[in-house]
Amino acid sequence: MVSTDTVIRVRGLCNRFGEHVVHEHLDLDVQRGEIMGVVGGSGTGKSVLLRSIVGLLRPSAGEIRLLGEDLLSLDSGDRQALERRVGVLFQQGALFSSLTVLENVALPLIEHAGLSREEANELACVRLALTGLADHAAGLYPADLSGGMIKRAALARALVLDPDILFLDEPTAGLDPIGAAAFDQLLLTLRNAFGLTVFLVTHDLDTLYTACDRVAVLSRKKVLVNDTLTAVAATDDEWIQRYFHGPRGRAAMAERRSGRTD
Amino acid sequence: MQYHQRMESPLSIDDNAQPCLHLHGDWTLTHYAKLRRQVQRPALRPIRMDASGLTGIDTAGATLLINLLGSAQIRELLPRAEGLSEERRALLLSVADAMQHKPQPPEDIEPWRLTDMVEATGRLTWIHLQHLLQFLDFLGMSLVTLFRVLPRPDRWRVTATVAQMHQAGFNALPIVALLNFLVGAVVAFLGATVLQQFGADIYTVDLVAYAFMRELGVLLAAILLAGRTASAFTAQIGSMKVNEELDALRVQGLDPVELLVLPRLLAMVITLPLLAFVAVLSGMTGGAMVALLSLDISVTQFIGIVHDIPVQHLLLGLAKAPVFALMIALIGCLEGFKVSGSARSVGDHTTAAVVQSIFVVIVLDAVAALFYMEMGW
Repeated sequence: MVSTDTVIRVRGLCNRFGEHVVHEHLDLDVQRGEIMGVVGGSGTGKSVLLRSIVGLLRPSAGEIRLLGEDLLSLDSGDRQALERRVGVLFQQGALFSSLTVLENVALPLIEHAGLSREEANELACVRLALTGLADHAAGLYPADLSGGMIKRAALARALVLDPDILFLDEPTAGLDPIGAAAFDQLLLTLRNAFGLTVFLVTHDLDTLYTACDRVAVLSRKKVLVNDTLTAVAATDDEWIQRYFHGPRGRAAMAERRSGRTD
Repeated sequence: MQYHQRMESPLSIDDNAQPCLHLHGDWTLTHYAKLRRQVQRPALRPIRMDASGLTGIDTAGATLLINLLGSAQIRELLPRAEGLSEERRALLLSVADAMQHKPQPPEDIEPWRLTDMVEATGRLTWIHLQHLLQFLDFLGMSLVTLFRVLPRPDRWRVTATVAQMHQAGFNALPIVALLNFLVGAVVAFLGATVLQQFGADIYTVDLVAYAFMRELGVLLAAILLAGRTASAFTAQIGSMKVNEELDALRVQGLDPVELLVLPRLLAMVITLPLLAFVAVLSGMTGGAMVALLSLDISVTQFIGIVHDIPVQHLLLGLAKAPVFALMIALIGCLEGFKVSGSARSVGDHTTAAVVQSIFVVIVLDAVAALFYMEMGW
């Protein structure tokens, strides 16, 4: 494989929908093994950026390299191989509604890793437990799950092939604070164990403070700042100041500081 | 070293006073199936662990290892494990944690027994009875809503109704006309073939005219709309239900029956008779074309014969249209309301709506034919 440590490299990305310009000459680098938090106001194109990087959306212009390769120019076999190294957790979970939770998680194992159903179920159960899903949920259909359970099941599915890069679209939205904190810890553990790279779109300031190594702020159609959290929070920009130093931002920061002195 | 020859094995244990567990190779998902066959539970209880030969491990490999040794033992071994990086230690720990309260795979389905069939029959009967009751309930609810809204013109949803008429009726016009034209031609061919043997080919005109006025025109139009519109109604309302839009209407004090069902119902009741009339005309045009081209019956002659048929037959046919329309619209909407939760459910109910409405249309048509005959109409 390419030896570069930049696993996601976006250069000059433009996304337009008719007259509406979402991204204009957007640049972004994500290094191997880091947890990159992407923040931005509603409608700044965070999800669009995520969709462009994983190849679901053909950008109007610009170049995107995922693990050193351009997803859109690969032939279908190579593209599949690359997609197997990527896990995505969609905002609404996007679990397959005709399969049970266990079948949802086991499906990639059967299709890609060539395991028997029994082996796949065994491994899928471990993933479900890793993401903290309650025991009885494995046999349920997605329609019967609560929002938080859907998130966990979808995370289990995204992780099941032990991907190199994990894309998370607002993973902690809809989780209770305890679950969200556990999720942050889980993310750190997984990253430490696999050198997993995480691309995390979030509004959860606690997640930003606990889990993220670097933060990219999307604003005015490009990445405004891309740095450590402290540096980003100190940036002289009205929106950033309001984002990180509003009441919620202050609370999350205070908690972080007191946690450090303990 | 006494265990050198065992270096190849992914898992080995040496048998000195303090048994040490050696891990080798790639414990990853790619090799999972092979690993599972190769490794066995160690005969001795290891006191130490040496992972310096381990080239890779992921969740799948960790699961396998912990399955062999048990969570408790792994926990004992981990702090003293040699050659295990901090990251891998953390991974093994979190997997071990998870596996202590991992969900059990669901049990296998029970074998089939004869009594299951009896049970299924009873269950199905009960379900169908419930469906019938539900339908009657829904019919009543829709009619009550209609009569409540009728005297209050300010609550008439004119725009929605016209939009539905456009979608369900006007847009269906080309397909209804074409299909009936073709069936009209086919019936004329059939009539010509049979009647020619008796030298009565002129009666082909009567055959086509009677068939389309009394039965085929309205029946074909209704079946087409049952496939085209009932499914659309179910899918529209069903997706709204999945998206919690119906709940949003209810909590705002708005009545989904009034807002969603009535416009669709009225649109169908207004447009189906019109479509049926177009269907009759196209069917007879198809018949006239075949009569002209292969039976040498001129268009004037054709119209002359049709002119002598009492208009009562056309009215008898068209009278069925509003009833069919009511049924199709109600079944389509009701199935939409029955959707629960998932995209799959939308598909299931859409299928059910089409099957039920076609079934109901044909059954009602048969009943009407019997009734008309008994009445001597």
